[in-house]
Amino acid sequence: MNYLTTIGLEVHVQLQTRTKMFCACRTDFGAAPNTQVCPVCLGYPGALPVINQEAIRLTVMTGLMVGSRINPRSKFDRKNYFYPDMPKNYQITQFDQPLCLGGAVGIECRGQARTVRLTRIHLEEDVAKNMHVRDQSRVDFNRAGHPLMEIVTEPDMHSPEEAFAFLLALKQILVYGLISPCNLEEGNLRCDVNCSVRPEGQATLGTKTEIKNMNTFKGVYQALAYELQRQVTALNAGEVIVQETRRFDSERCVTETMRTKEDAHDYRYFPDPDLMPVVLSDEQIKAWEGMLPELPHQRCDRLEREYALPPYDAKVLSADKYVADFFEEAARGAANPKTVSNWIMTEMMHLMTTKELEIRQVKITPQALAGLIKLVESQAINGAGAKAIFAILFEQGGDPAQLVGQLGLAQVSDTGTLEALVRQAIDDNPKSVADYKGGKEASFKFLMGQVMRLSKGKANPQVVQGLLKKQLGV
Amino acid sequence: MPAWNELTVHEAKARLDRGDVSSRELVETLLAAIRARDSQIQGYLEVDEADALSQAEAADARRKEGRQGKLLGVPIAVKDLLNVQGQPCRCASRILEGYRSPYDATAIARLRAEGALFVGRANMDEFAMGSTTENSAFKITHNPWDLARVPGGSSGGAAAVVAADESLAALGSDTGGSVRLPASFCGCVGLKPTYGRVSRYGLTAFASSLDQIGPLTKDIRDAALLLQAMAGHDEMDSTSIPSPVPDYAAALRKGMAGMKLGLPKEYFVAGMDREVEQIVQQAIHHCEQLGATIVDVSLPMTPYAVATYYIIACAEASANLARFDGVRYGFRVKDAKDPIAMYMRTRAAGFGTEVKRRIILGTYVLSSGYYDAYYIRAQKVRALIRADFEQALQTCDALLTPVAPTAAFLLGAKTADPLQMYLNDIFTASVNLAGTCALSVPCGFTSDGLPVGLQVVGPAFGEETILRVGYAYEQTTDWRRRKPGDR
Repeated sequence: MNYLTTIGLEVHVQLQTRTKMFCACRTDFGAAPNTQVCPVCLGYPGALPVINQEAIRLTVMTGLMVGSRINPRSKFDRKNYFYPDMPKNYQITQFDQPLCLGGAVGIECRGQARTVRLTRIHLEEDVAKNMHVRDQSRVDFNRAGHPLMEIVTEPDMHSPEEAFAFLLALKQILVYGLISPCNLEEGNLRCDVNCSVRPEGQATLGTKTEIKNMNTFKGVYQALAYELQRQVTALNAGEVIVQETRRFDSERCVTETMRTKEDAHDYRYFPDPDLMPVVLSDEQIKAWEGMLPELPHQRCDRLEREYALPPYDAKVLSADKYVADFFEEAARGAANPKTVSNWIMTEMMHLMTTKELEIRQVKITPQALAGLIKLVESQAINGAGAKAIFAILFEQGGDPAQLVGQLGLAQVSDTGTLEALVRQAIDDNPKSVADYKGGKEASFKFLMGQVMRLSKGKANPQVVQGLLKKQLGV
Repeated sequence: MPAWNELTVHEAKARLDRGDVSSRELVETLLAAIRARDSQIQGYLEVDEADALSQAEAADARRKEGRQGKLLGVPIAVKDLLNVQGQPCRCASRILEGYRSPYDATAIARLRAEGALFVGRANMDEFAMGSTTENSAFKITHNPWDLARVPGGSSGGAAAVVAADESLAALGSDTGGSVRLPASFCGCVGLKPTYGRVSRYGLTAFASSLDQIGPLTKDIRDAALLLQAMAGHDEMDSTSIPSPVPDYAAALRKGMAGMKLGLPKEYFVAGMDREVEQIVQQAIHHCEQLGATIVDVSLPMTPYAVATYYIIACAEASANLARFDGVRYGFRVKDAKDPIAMYMRTRAAGFGTEVKRRIILGTYVLSSGYYDAYYIRAQKVRALIRADFEQALQTCDALLTPVAPTAAFLLGAKTADPLQMYLNDIFTASVNLAGTCALSVPCGFTSDGLPVGLQVVGPAFGEETILRVGYAYEQTTDWRRRKPGDR
């Protein structure tokens, strides 16, 4: 039997605010445990929350970028449950009046463009981090109270690929909007997945399961692939799907039961009496609308237009905001922006892929790349030398001009020096010389290579070509 | 001449300013009175004598340097649920055993900035849940006027130590009458400010939408003085209101002549103690003689106030008290095998019966399937109660009512019947639901020699009005001069 798949996501995004959601503690990642805490985010007696207005702004900006309706009046509620990572044993969140309603994100999957509708976007506080050391449990409250935006989609995705494509598209928007750095390894973006299958022809959706708390896109893809297959296998075997919450074991690549509906929590939501409703005026929303940053497709158009790049280049470069930023900075004042694009799209992206790095983690600066390109254009170094220097800049950073000197890669264009090397190559390879004179073009290239080798790669290829032709009497 | 500990705050401040007495001498006299009397009264949970004396010496040193402060060198007792940096703050509960405040409540910080000293943690009903102070986990406070009787609650320790001259003044908190009821039972002044007038930051929350910090004092002028120092917007409390703070002391002198005072007919009904009702009626008559016009008004939603109050207060409390779990501070059972067991056993051993009762009530009214019938319904009734007060206070300047249906009753008289106990709040809880202000001022004594309070209720931010009424009444009567043990 054929089955149709339905997938909805709940994505939790840590906002890039300087301070926490309800107190003035900093949000820096990687600080020593329990050093970014205060009576408010530790849930001490008498401490009260105060809303971080920047978090409100970032959430509304997100809503504006994805076309949500902004709620002129939203409120915060308490969600009650006990867990050691919850300082107050209730989480301040938004239950029935979120900041943003509706909206949509465009995705591209297998060459097809689609939209995934959003249900809502709301704001809440992150919880602490539990750590288990042998027989001890410890809690680091640095993360407790970090502003957390939750984006809930409609059940609009129909394959793990589409879910993956949605996450990529969403991340792109959030990074472009300076909403969140979306560093997955720092836990900036975490995801719950709801999915179900139903036999083709059946109108009602199948029973869904929820897979909680995944922090990589690959994990979401693998978990969905496994879980959907599990459901299909169960249905084929005549079993019933139980509505439940499952967890994903990324090592074994399987999902397993966490809790069933029977022991579902009653969260006893009620409006938080410590906070006033959030009222947003039309003027305020309009003002924020005016601050909306350039979106990926707008950037793509602009790169094409301003730098005369081919459409393909503009698209590749604009896919990642920080790659596009790098390009624009390196291309500023460059004689030929396309050359800059070529370097980024070939050398840079190749190294980033092999070393599994993002552009903000590489050591080369846009200025260094621009300098390197100038060295090539002024014929101070040749292409081979430039590639060698690029690899070093990529790993260690530094100044390209200095590296040329340090590595002795300055291009040799002096005809006196090169003539001797050409003479030597001809003398050492009489057979190739004969072949070439007999009409075999490839032998010329071989001889060129021999001269380059003798120069340790530093010879100016154009000068060598001229000298070689002359000496061979062409 | 009265002993130093018998002075009011403003009297003590004047003596300190004149150099008649040092803050150290004042505190020494106070500590001696506490040592002499508190074994009977049991109003304090803790008094750190060394800390009190060092605070006093620091104040004397500041004074020598020529520094000023409206309360410089004046000691104040603090109900055990307000955070004072470095002091315990147990809320009279075992669950906060060992907790010391890492910070000052905003009200405390403001009083500290004016030079006040914080001497002694006043006993209370555990987490302010109760009307007699019998729900303290540590001790039962006795009414200074009759040791066999309750001091009222939940700020019973604070009222008792002020009445017994073991403190010049005290800070309490009022969620449904917890400042006014003990003030009435102990014969002192108790003020509940408008919701949002005094920051709640640092006040351990019982019911967040109802709680206000309020002073318990020996006269109205002191209440005005303490309110003046504490009131005003605080960025740390989103529910505090940024409206300007008037000069309360200046308002006192304006008298009562020409004011229109309303008597809500629902507050003068059968079931009240006859003697208490007579005393309150005499006080009302006295106000009339001072030039006020007395008019009848109606607060029709009054019969629903107590039920509404207990639903909302318990709902909020059930979440507010969830943080006491043994994870980060306070009491924790040893050798629990997992977090859930730790929570359950810590909370079972750490909370008293009344607190557990209210947490369960609150959890119930917020539960799925009951939420609409209880919590939402209560919120709707609350809006109607607020509208009642708004309407009544449009036709008059303030309302006059009894504080409670009776004077102080015997210890243990109502402990077996929580419902009877809850009915003590019948005349006070509505004011918290409406979010306006009210005070209790002594207005006479029963034949048993027990004090009775008159409640003056004002509109939102009408503290000037009620202080004016209270002051005019107080200054033309002698009730405040009577001391426990005078008979």
